[in-house]
Amino acid sequence: MPKVQLFVTCLVDSFFPEVGEAVVAVLERHGCTVEFPFDQTCCGQPAFNVGYHDQARAMAEHTIKVLDGTDGTIVVPSGSCADMMINHSPELFQPDDPIHAAAARVARRVKEFSSFLVDDLGITDAGASCEGRTATYHPSCHGFRNLGIRQQPETLLDNVAGLERVELPDAETCCGFGGLFSVEMPELSASIMSTKLTNVEASGADLLVGVDVSCLMHLAGGLRRRSREIEVKHIAEVLAEETRT
Amino acid sequence: MNVPVTFVERAHRGIGNRSTAAGEVGARRMMSHRIAASADYPAMEEMRDQARRIRLYALGHLDELLARFSDEVEGAGGHVHFAADADEAIAYIRKVAEETNVRRIVKSKSMVTEEIHLNAALEAHDLEVVETDLGEFIIQLSGDTPSHIIAPVMHKTRQDVGELFSEKLGIEYTDDPTELNNVARHHLREIFLSADMGISGCNVAIAESGSIVLVTNEGNGRLTTSAPRIHVAVMGMERIVPTLSDAAVILEVLARSATGQRLSVYTNIVTGARRPGDPDGPEEFHVVILDNGRSRVLAGDAAEVLACIRCGACLNVCPVYREAGGHAYGFTYSGPIGAVITPSLMGLAEWHDLPYASSLCGACLDACPVRIDLPGLLLKLRRDAVSEGLGPDGLEGALKWFTRLATNPGMWRGATRAGGWSAKLIARQGWIKSLPGRGSAWTDYRDLPAPAAKPFHARWKERQRES
Repeated sequence: MPKVQLFVTCLVDSFFPEVGEAVVAVLERHGCTVEFPFDQTCCGQPAFNVGYHDQARAMAEHTIKVLDGTDGTIVVPSGSCADMMINHSPELFQPDDPIHAAAARVARRVKEFSSFLVDDLGITDAGASCEGRTATYHPSCHGFRNLGIRQQPETLLDNVAGLERVELPDAETCCGFGGLFSVEMPELSASIMSTKLTNVEASGADLLVGVDVSCLMHLAGGLRRRSREIEVKHIAEVLAEETRT
Repeated sequence: MNVPVTFVERAHRGIGNRSTAAGEVGARRMMSHRIAASADYPAMEEMRDQARRIRLYALGHLDELLARFSDEVEGAGGHVHFAADADEAIAYIRKVAEETNVRRIVKSKSMVTEEIHLNAALEAHDLEVVETDLGEFIIQLSGDTPSHIIAPVMHKTRQDVGELFSEKLGIEYTDDPTELNNVARHHLREIFLSADMGISGCNVAIAESGSIVLVTNEGNGRLTTSAPRIHVAVMGMERIVPTLSDAAVILEVLARSATGQRLSVYTNIVTGARRPGDPDGPEEFHVVILDNGRSRVLAGDAAEVLACIRCGACLNVCPVYREAGGHAYGFTYSGPIGAVITPSLMGLAEWHDLPYASSLCGACLDACPVRIDLPGLLLKLRRDAVSEGLGPDGLEGALKWFTRLATNPGMWRGATRAGGWSAKLIARQGWIKSLPGRGSAWTDYRDLPAPAAKPFHARWKERQRES
């Protein structure tokens, strides 16, 4: 049974614990032993993306120290946090700093949740069912562009019993969240979001699915001011929902 | 009326207005043309790699390539002037104009002359300057500035142009594009024939032959460079490539990425002045090679931005550019490339907010024909802004506080639980509709999910206890 370390992300920890529980449920159902390094907090991405490297470095160092002593794949239910840990955390440290080597070790073990299922475990059908629902998938930018995550979650959704997946028009365009961009330039962020939500509505879906709760909380919060007919879920919640026997 | 000084203020003017909407339509159209043209050209990805290699090679060998170029230009009877900044470039062009009794100047489209505000500087000395690219002509007539690197009037509709022409050129109103084109062509043809000097930009300069390459779709480039007595080409010092075949590779990706054309309608390779026996061409050929901050950029860790071939593809795909409009960037260059190149050339002191004008979605990197890591460069500029004390207002305190929690797990867990409890006071059915102070930046536009009463780590601990 593969042992995995769950890095749940700060947003899931504080805002969406049910997503973390869904991740655990799906992983355990597929034979993983899930461990949760208890002292984990935030990977540092929010500070890194606005240029505050001292703060980002401090958070990245904490994260690396918490994870480096563990073993197994580090599963992260977020494309953008995984991207931070894989592509940016190591470069925050000088090559001769021991943390740099630890960051590189951690980076090699990090895997976004849906791509872990498909690429590493070879699961394309997670055994879930979601009767009578129509879903569309938004490929969040960092996971999609920097880690190549798109076909994995779409395949998983395609194999959810009773769920029809429809294409999201202009899917590859950003939702406008962008981390602190969402509050530093909120009017622009909302304006980009509005275009995305128009496309979500045009897709005909009653369920919007993604692999990043950050973009999803922005979109869900925006959708609530337009209509209440479209539900927003992290892919783990869809895959955990009901088990086919 | 207040002159907006920040990106956000300028963007607020653009968001939702008619010009921005027109620009967005154009940007999306150009984007789909690029995608179609790339799909239609099996070698596109390989050509992008080659073009990138050529551009990076040129940046690494700029001194020797420019020296060779300069020798070749002079060998072909031309003159080269290296200008350290805008003032030097302007002074040289004025001197040439004065010495050759120039009154009337025609220009073909050139972003580098926009960068140094050449028109205003020449007009201030009683020189008549007429833009001959249709888009730039419209910009000049309306006293506007370009909103797009290659389609300067993308923010105007044909109705806007009809009204402008009827007001400024005294024609009867029409919004028929063909008729409007004819009006401009007729008007400009007279001016071409009486112009003393032609000023062009330079899409690519070829070191081995001292040639400049100009691409246009209107033919105004070759009229500008051949009809008047004097031709002055202005180029950023990074425009150079070693050979003609290198230039050909750049041309393979330039038009495809810009407009989705395989090649622009006109590609002119200009070498030297008129030689004895030539039927036409200028008596004098001058090249102004402009630094204006480029040497400093080249020496820094954002030098890659100088590989840009000015196709505008990154603008067309950028959600921020499309919603805010090109004028929000406040300078000649807009979109992601503008957000990188303006602060790089002009300094962060005045332009520190531009690197933040991006959600870092990465669409620009996907689109860039020479694969410039624009998101990476934006991140570097943000880092530099912060280290110079020019980070976004009020962010540092909040991040320091957050970092303190995130590096102290006990405090972190306490804070997440406290967040959950306090959210109960203001949340309704799990959502917060309104937050005071800076929190309103979120809730003015969307609801905020309430922090969970029991965070994940607490649930995990419970589960451990139960099992």
